[in-house]
Amino acid sequence: MASDSDSDGDFVTFGTPLEPLEEDEPLRKPVPLYEQTVKDEKGRYQRFHGAFTGGFSAGYFNTVGTKEGWTPATFVSSRQQKAGRQNARPEDFMDEEDLGDHGIAPRQITTTADFASGRKDVIRDKARAITSLSAPIPGDTVLEDLVAPARSSMGVELLRKMGWKDGQGVGPRVKRRLCKQRADSATRAFGSASPPNGSSESQDEEDGEFVPENVTFAPKDVTPIDFTPKVDLHGLGYRGLNPLAALRGGPGAGHINLFTMDSDRTNSLFGEDRKGQRRRGGVAGQGFGVGAMEDDDEDIYHRDIMSNYDTVLGGEEPGNGLYGWTAPQQYNRKKKDHSKDAAYLGKILEGFTLASDKLETKTIFPPPNLPRDFRPVHYFRPVVDLSSVSPMVAQALQTSRGHMAQEEPSKGGRHQLDSAQRRELLGEATLQGPSSVFDLLKVEDRERLSSLRRPSSDTSSGPRQPTPGEARAAVVAAGVAAAAARASAQKALSSRFAPHAEQQQQEALSVWSGPTAQAQTGQTFKPFERTPHKQARYDLYIDQLKQGDRDALELSLDPTMTEWERGRERDEFVRAALLYKPSSSSLSCRFTRGKQDDGVEADTVEVTRDQENDVDDKQAAVKMKMFGKLTRDTFEWHPDNLLCKRFNIPDPYPGSGFVGMPKVKRDKFSVFNFLTVSESPTASASPAPQGVKPSEPGKRSRWDVSGQAGDKERKEKDPVSEFLSVARIEASGSGPEASTTDGPTTDPTVEPDTEQKEEEEEEESRPSMDLFKAIFASSSDEKSSSSSEGESEEEEEKEEGVRSKAGTGPQISNQLNVNTTQPAPPVSTTPSQHPDILFKTPSGPAAAPPPRDQEMEEEEFGPRLPPPSSTLTERRPSPTPSAKDDKHKKKCKEKHKAKKHGKHKKDKKQKKKHKRHKHKGKQKKTKKEESSDSSSEGSDGNGQEDGEEGGGVSTEELLRRLKSIRGKNLQ
Amino acid sequence: MVRTQTNTHTVRYDCCSTWSCLCIYITRFRCFSSSHFLSTHLSPPPLSLSFSADGNYLLSCGSDKSLKLWSVSRGTLLKTYSGHGYEVLDADGSYDNSQLCSCSSDKTVILWDVATGQVTRKLRGHAGKVNCVQFNEEATVILSGSIDGTVRCWDTRSRKFDPIQILDEAQDGVSSLKVSEHELLTGSVDGRVRRYDLRMGQLHVDFINSPITCVCFSADGQCTLTSSLDSTVRLLDKSTGEMLGEYTGHKMKGYKLDCCLSSKDTHVLSCSEDGHVYCWDLVEGSLMLKLPVGKAVVQSLSFHPSETRLLTAMEGRVQVWGAEPEETEEEVVVVQQEKA
Repeated sequence: MASDSDSDGDFVTFGTPLEPLEEDEPLRKPVPLYEQTVKDEKGRYQRFHGAFTGGFSAGYFNTVGTKEGWTPATFVSSRQQKAGRQNARPEDFMDEEDLGDHGIAPRQITTTADFASGRKDVIRDKARAITSLSAPIPGDTVLEDLVAPARSSMGVELLRKMGWKDGQGVGPRVKRRLCKQRADSATRAFGSASPPNGSSESQDEEDGEFVPENVTFAPKDVTPIDFTPKVDLHGLGYRGLNPLAALRGGPGAGHINLFTMDSDRTNSLFGEDRKGQRRRGGVAGQGFGVGAMEDDDEDIYHRDIMSNYDTVLGGEEPGNGLYGWTAPQQYNRKKKDHSKDAAYLGKILEGFTLASDKLETKTIFPPPNLPRDFRPVHYFRPVVDLSSVSPMVAQALQTSRGHMAQEEPSKGGRHQLDSAQRRELLGEATLQGPSSVFDLLKVEDRERLSSLRRPSSDTSSGPRQPTPGEARAAVVAAGVAAAAARASAQKALSSRFAPHAEQQQQEALSVWSGPTAQAQTGQTFKPFERTPHKQARYDLYIDQLKQGDRDALELSLDPTMTEWERGRERDEFVRAALLYKPSSSSLSCRFTRGKQDDGVEADTVEVTRDQENDVDDKQAAVKMKMFGKLTRDTFEWHPDNLLCKRFNIPDPYPGSGFVGMPKVKRDKFSVFNFLTVSESPTASASPAPQGVKPSEPGKRSRWDVSGQAGDKERKEKDPVSEFLSVARIEASGSGPEASTTDGPTTDPTVEPDTEQKEEEEEEESRPSMDLFKAIFASSSDEKSSSSSEGESEEEEEKEEGVRSKAGTGPQISNQLNVNTTQPAPPVSTTPSQHPDILFKTPSGPAAAPPPRDQEMEEEEFGPRLPPPSSTLTERRPSPTPSAKDDKHKKKCKEKHKAKKHGKHKKDKKQKKKHKRHKHKGKQKKTKKEESSDSSSEGSDGNGQEDGEEGGGVSTEELLRRLKSIRGKNLQ
Repeated sequence: MVRTQTNTHTVRYDCCSTWSCLCIYITRFRCFSSSHFLSTHLSPPPLSLSFSADGNYLLSCGSDKSLKLWSVSRGTLLKTYSGHGYEVLDADGSYDNSQLCSCSSDKTVILWDVATGQVTRKLRGHAGKVNCVQFNEEATVILSGSIDGTVRCWDTRSRKFDPIQILDEAQDGVSSLKVSEHELLTGSVDGRVRRYDLRMGQLHVDFINSPITCVCFSADGQCTLTSSLDSTVRLLDKSTGEMLGEYTGHKMKGYKLDCCLSSKDTHVLSCSEDGHVYCWDLVEGSLMLKLPVGKAVVQSLSFHPSETRLLTAMEGRVQVWGAEPEETEEEVVVVQQEKA
């Protein structure tokens, strides 16, 4: 067979033509298999090796290496570049041929199920559901699910390419009306399977009216008829238990019930399967019992209800079951409207329908019934000035019908009021302190400002009042000039005081005369408010301090007062001035005053709210034995919650924030608090009198009872007692240390050595002892504990005198005399005194313990403990001498006496001095003072007779007696 | 009211309410073992004593820094509790006899375990001598009154060493303290008797005007008994504070001496500094008996919670006074608190 080039066009050649056979040519040897080569499209040789890979070459001569050899990837890992973990994929070992069309891992774009349309193939699902039910083993489709084809069939793909969409029927598109066929039976049978379909369909249906004519729709989908033969022996329509539903408890559970209610169906349609949600597993349903794990047993017995059946011929409303509560409103309403129209009895005009919405009827209220005596005439109330009326009245007026003058519209609303007006309305007190910025400015600045302002306002404003600052500035100028002149006098004066006091004065001066102090106009700290005169003097003092007056103190004091009083007041003033230093203006302007009244007093302390009634009244009541209301105080007291718990008692004040007595804030910084603190060593410096048990009940300061400062002192009882309570609170909080330091309250507990120390310290700051002695000796009432030193000394001296006079009279009997002669109950003798005095006076001589006892019990308060019997026998009058003991005691006593004797001599000397001073002091005193003195002396004289035994003998009295005795002795 | 002597022989004490009856009763108070007295100055005096809640034991504490527990019926010393650093001023036993509390001049309150004698808890916080100490009914709280004027409530249940509450209303040392079911009665040297009513949340202060040495509740809980340094014992109505009776005659001027009511609230008893125990009829107020205890001060006394027995302390001796109405089978035990 020869073939020409021209005949090429006529034939189709297929395959490789054989070479033309030459006759004379020798037969060629066939190429052996091993020499046959395959070249790829690029002319490269391809090597066949093995059948598995289809004869492709891999790598370099089927190795993993290259022509240059195998170079593995070097493992590199450095700090900057960490070697990632390399996961080798199969592709790493593949050639490009492997990835090609014919390779083992072809790289080409294909469709995957991942990107398939989300819409389920509903029809297929339905078909499957049917087959699963009718299968010999119900629920057989499990297997089919497992081996389901990965992709949709070609027919479906073709249909899709032709524009078919899932869920649509197949066929020509139709107009609206025609597609009214229903898939009702399908949905009824497989309600749960086709919710989206049904709803969309019905929606389409209803939208029909609004759709233009030329729009066509896809036909409805048709459920394929199931032609599976009936091979079982069940009755027609019988469905066995669906193991799917039973086991899964899933949506298929609805199939168990033969008659599902519409509502049930719709519920299941809209995915609200309550049952399914509750049942997680296990077999359940009609005919099954309730498992142990089940919560309730609602479904084990089937209940058939008549509402499951149709009671009306003609069937349900179309789409009723499908719409449910989400049915479009229009659909429902339209129906209703028709019924309404029918129900309307009247004639409806053509073109009108009944209104869908009822007209809202306006409720009209009748006018109020006027009272009979009402007159339509307005009566104007008299205008009341609010500021002149108390806030209560103002409020009452406002609540009544009449309106206040302030509320008239001409005045403007409350928003037009300024702060001052509001304050008046609220009835608040005006705030003290700098009310405007000008008060805080320096005087010069203020003047400069006012001078700038004046030309403009001169014409309008009348004669201007000089501001207090200006006035003060003027005084300052004068004061400074005068100060130099007084300086020398001041020096002389101040030399009288201890350098410490002098230093304090200077300090006070420097503090108060500074510019910052000038800024403070309103003086808020009034330490002596209770005594207006004193406060006035103090104000004067402060004013003069502000002016820089060096001897302000001397000028401000009352010259008519006694020296002692002046000294004391001087001390107080300096302390008070130092205590309340004016804060710098820059600082003070940063703070605002408290709005509450009690907040105004910045220096307050918590004191128990309820104070006891007057003690004097009670004493009187006790004397009259009228116990009961008079002597009883009842306070609110809050026990701790835990305490109540421990006592098995409900908390009487649940939720109360505090325990104990209700507290209120009180003025803390009464100067006396500090005075007593610092001066207490002087009191305690005098050793506790031996004869007197150091019981100081009431824990009052001795100032309370000492008549030294007269009524002034008495008035200041309150701050002292307040302070005491404060100190006690502190003491209880901080433990034993505090209690020893809180001044007079614990005087006797102070250790002797500490007392001495304090005494030494105090020595520097207080005036010389002579001064005190003079004052103390001259003062009328000597019952204070400070003077009791003298008293006891006198007593002893007296005793000594008596002894020396009586010669060998035994000491004890002497004491006993004192004891036995004490006649009346002390209450009657000293009625007005404080109870502690009462207590002291009778018990002192009564107990009359010998010195040894006193030393032992120096620290004690209150009633002593019963003594050891030894001491007791000693002090008993009946001679029951356990002889040895007594002797010993006496010896001790004697020793003490001897020691004391030495001391007393010194004391006596001192006292002589004091007397001299006393006389001087008396001469200095004014008439008034003398009169009071004499009167008190007179009273002393009156009380002399009983005072002798009562132990309430005044020092003076004792002194007098002592003198007389001594005089006798000398003679 | 007045009965004949013969009649009184048959009267039991628990029903004796008239003075004549008491007379007999009182004559039978006898101290048997006076020979057992020690030379007293060597042995520290018991400062306070109290019956246990059931009356079977008595507790004495003294200046030998120890507490001693005695059997009342046998008069034997059962145990000594030492651990205080100073004289022990007061002690109390819990309702179940399992715990003791004591207070001392060393400012501490100690809770003891009865059986082991160990210190269960040592409570510090008072600033001064602790004068008096009491358990509450259930022994859940220890209340201690001190010379520092405070009453502290210590919790025995918790491990905290801080007091539950500090009652600092007293203006002077608290000398005496009693606890009832829901009330706390304190007597202070400031001459006031304070009654804290926990249930009502109220504090009632009765002014007596003389330092209080001892306060007691009556057994019926309607009255309070206070003795003060004006040598008077007063019976006050608890609710109103009115004085129901005043008992005088004894001497109480300087020492903190006890008073008490008899177990049936029929008599008022008080120590005296003249070595007697005074006994008054509660209603009549008349002195029924002056029981001579010794020559020294009767320092403390305590009445048996149910029987007619009386404890007195004097000069290192504790005496139990008993009375048998029928026969001479009187049981009087004298115990001595010796130096440990």
